[in-house]
Amino acid sequence: MMDSILVLIGAMLRIATPILFGAMGETLIERAGVLNLGIEGTMLLAAFNGFVAAQLTGSLWIGLLAGALTGVLLCLLMGGLSVTLGLNQHVSGLGITLLASGIALFAFRILYGGATTPPALADSFQPLNPFPNTILTPVFEQHWLTYAALLSVPLVTWLLNRTTFGLRLRSVGENPEAADTAGINVYRMRYQALILGGALMGIGGAFLSLAQLGAFAHGIINGRGWVAIAVVIFGNWQPNRVLAGALLFSGVQALQLRLQAAGVALPYELLLALPYVLVIAAIALVGRNISVPAALLKPYRREG
Amino acid sequence: MPPIIEMRGITKRFGALTANDGIDFSIEPGEIHALLGENGAGKSTLMKILYGLYQPDSGDVRINGQPVRLTSPAEAIANGIGFVSQHFALVPKFTVAENVVLGHEGSRTLHPTAMSTRVMETAASLRLLIDVNAVVGRLSVGEQQRVEILKALYRDCKVLIMDEPTAVLAPGDIAALFDILRVLQGRGMAVIIITHKLDEVFAISQRVTVLRLGKVVGEVRTQDSTPAALAQMMVGRQTVAVARNSDHRRQDAVKLDVRDLRLTDRRGGLRLRGLSLEVRGGEIVGVAGVAGNGQSELVSVLTGMAAPDSGSVTVGGAPLPFRDPKAVSRLKVARIPEDRLKGVIGDLSVQDNLMLESVEGFTRMGHLDRARIRANAEALIRAFQIKAAPTDLARTLSGGNIQKIILARSLGHAPEVVIAAQPTRGLDIGATEYVHQKLLEQKERGAAILLISEDLEEILLLSDRIVVIYEGRIAGTFAAQDARIDQIGALMTGAHPHA
Repeated sequence: MMDSILVLIGAMLRIATPILFGAMGETLIERAGVLNLGIEGTMLLAAFNGFVAAQLTGSLWIGLLAGALTGVLLCLLMGGLSVTLGLNQHVSGLGITLLASGIALFAFRILYGGATTPPALADSFQPLNPFPNTILTPVFEQHWLTYAALLSVPLVTWLLNRTTFGLRLRSVGENPEAADTAGINVYRMRYQALILGGALMGIGGAFLSLAQLGAFAHGIINGRGWVAIAVVIFGNWQPNRVLAGALLFSGVQALQLRLQAAGVALPYELLLALPYVLVIAAIALVGRNISVPAALLKPYRREG
Repeated sequence: MPPIIEMRGITKRFGALTANDGIDFSIEPGEIHALLGENGAGKSTLMKILYGLYQPDSGDVRINGQPVRLTSPAEAIANGIGFVSQHFALVPKFTVAENVVLGHEGSRTLHPTAMSTRVMETAASLRLLIDVNAVVGRLSVGEQQRVEILKALYRDCKVLIMDEPTAVLAPGDIAALFDILRVLQGRGMAVIIITHKLDEVFAISQRVTVLRLGKVVGEVRTQDSTPAALAQMMVGRQTVAVARNSDHRRQDAVKLDVRDLRLTDRRGGLRLRGLSLEVRGGEIVGVAGVAGNGQSELVSVLTGMAAPDSGSVTVGGAPLPFRDPKAVSRLKVARIPEDRLKGVIGDLSVQDNLMLESVEGFTRMGHLDRARIRANAEALIRAFQIKAAPTDLARTLSGGNIQKIILARSLGHAPEVVIAAQPTRGLDIGATEYVHQKLLEQKERGAAILLISEDLEEILLLSDRIVVIYEGRIAGTFAAQDARIDQIGALMTGAHPHA
């Protein structure tokens, strides 16, 4: 019993990793007043570019860097559309997801043709195992990126709440007019949030292709970007609570995978839907979020 | 003492509008200087230039004799200029201390206790009473204003600009604010207060600059002037143009009766404080007043968009239901909205806009009757001389023609009561003339017309009776033939007549 719970916890942490990276990135960006629906495509293209870069150079670190850079570039594009040009954030974000997904799949076709088995890396990131052969192994045998994802939560919290950068970032997400009159460059702040958040999203995508799977396939992101957005809402834009949301989703996901493997007499579609249904229910129960960044979705323009 | 701020020949245009036209302005340390003028006189524009929010098209700004270019608020702040806008630039979710230090944190990491202490010290040194750890969104409007002042002082400002600081305050808070300003003045700070209220000018300022239509019309020492003289400068006319409406004899029954309306806005401010008025058939009653004294709220109530806290409105004896625009139009109350672009739907055709308020009349078994819609449009286009085809999109029309669509729709079906809010704002002379003509036709027909306008000239031209609105109630009533502009001006600005 204890064993299977620990295994479950291990699976939960592994599943939570890319979602957590995505959600921390999204939290930073949304707290600055930008909803980035480009996250799903951004994570996919980052997973792909990271994979290709790692394969070409033989270096996982360059692959990871390529993933992060992909995230940064796509978020800069998001900034160009929604911050500089002031276009609708929903449309800009969805456009970026479509564009990035299209590029990833198109380039995949060109580079790998009609490969039936997903191309894999000869060598991918290997999990750390600080407590070998103990009861704790299944929990702690994780990729260093999983530890990094967990560590990003207090880091983002600290950044938002205890630094000047964070105070300014939150101010442009709450009341950009106030920030502007206080002499803060609203556009620059939003771009900085997008760059930082984009890097986190990119790493989240690359984690899947460079560490967890060590391979690339079309469905590699499979809605994790959307889930990240959902857990940001669930977490009321507070990193700690976003973490709770990510763990809740991942925990139920891990559980349903176990149940499927154990051959529970339930239609597997139902089990597959379980984590999503649960997150929707949880968001509904958490109720109206009072702390949505007040300037979210609003492009900033100085009047006159 | 040399002026700390000197602005010379400031000109600022927005498209065709010249908001500031060669303005000279200066202020000395330890002076409270009132910048007085009607809405649209260019006061806020001038101060936004000083705060780096706008760039002047020509003219220069000197601080302590040195020419400066202020291209952003950050530069203005660095030059010791603070600005407290009417709309507070505060982050409601932040604490007082966070709001105060924002942009001037002084270090890369935040130390909440040290931050609070520093802000508390600044507040204490100015005898400002405020809890620096309170969340700003929970503070009263007066307290929020104190946070704004504190923000400016924390940035070491030498010149504090306050944009209509008392507009949002309760009387007790006004006295407290003036006390604070006097403390600041005692420390050699220069304070500019933008206002259109004469009583404030005399209560607090030493000097006053009066603007009208973007120009300086006078700069005087407050003690050398009188409220009447300033009101005169502000509104600018001594004689009234020929009245367009010269027949004031008609006395029909009261058609619109407004009794004791009280309305609190969402921020808890009292916008209407027991407003009563009546309009008879065949009569135009003009509501004169400076914007923001309850006009918009009155119009919202009368057109079915808002419900008052208390009070009643009857139309031809029947009670007017609140927040029910359909019932309002059933009672034959026509409205000419304040913002004509909100009165039409730009992406709908002229003919569709013309039938919008009475769609039921143009349907057959749930389907739009296109033939009837077109016939209605053609008749109204002819009657109101709208220069457009029925199928043109409304947004392609000029402002004057859009206003004609609104007039045709609201006046085309013999209304009993007409609520006309700023009906000629932004229109050229020809279109204005046309609107006036149409309103006079309705008066002849026997409709009761309530004309709300910031344009005093317009009110004097058209009204049979003039009421002055000030702070949510009627401050005075004049029959057209004995209306005196200085008295109206004084009431509009809160000074008492013959004071």
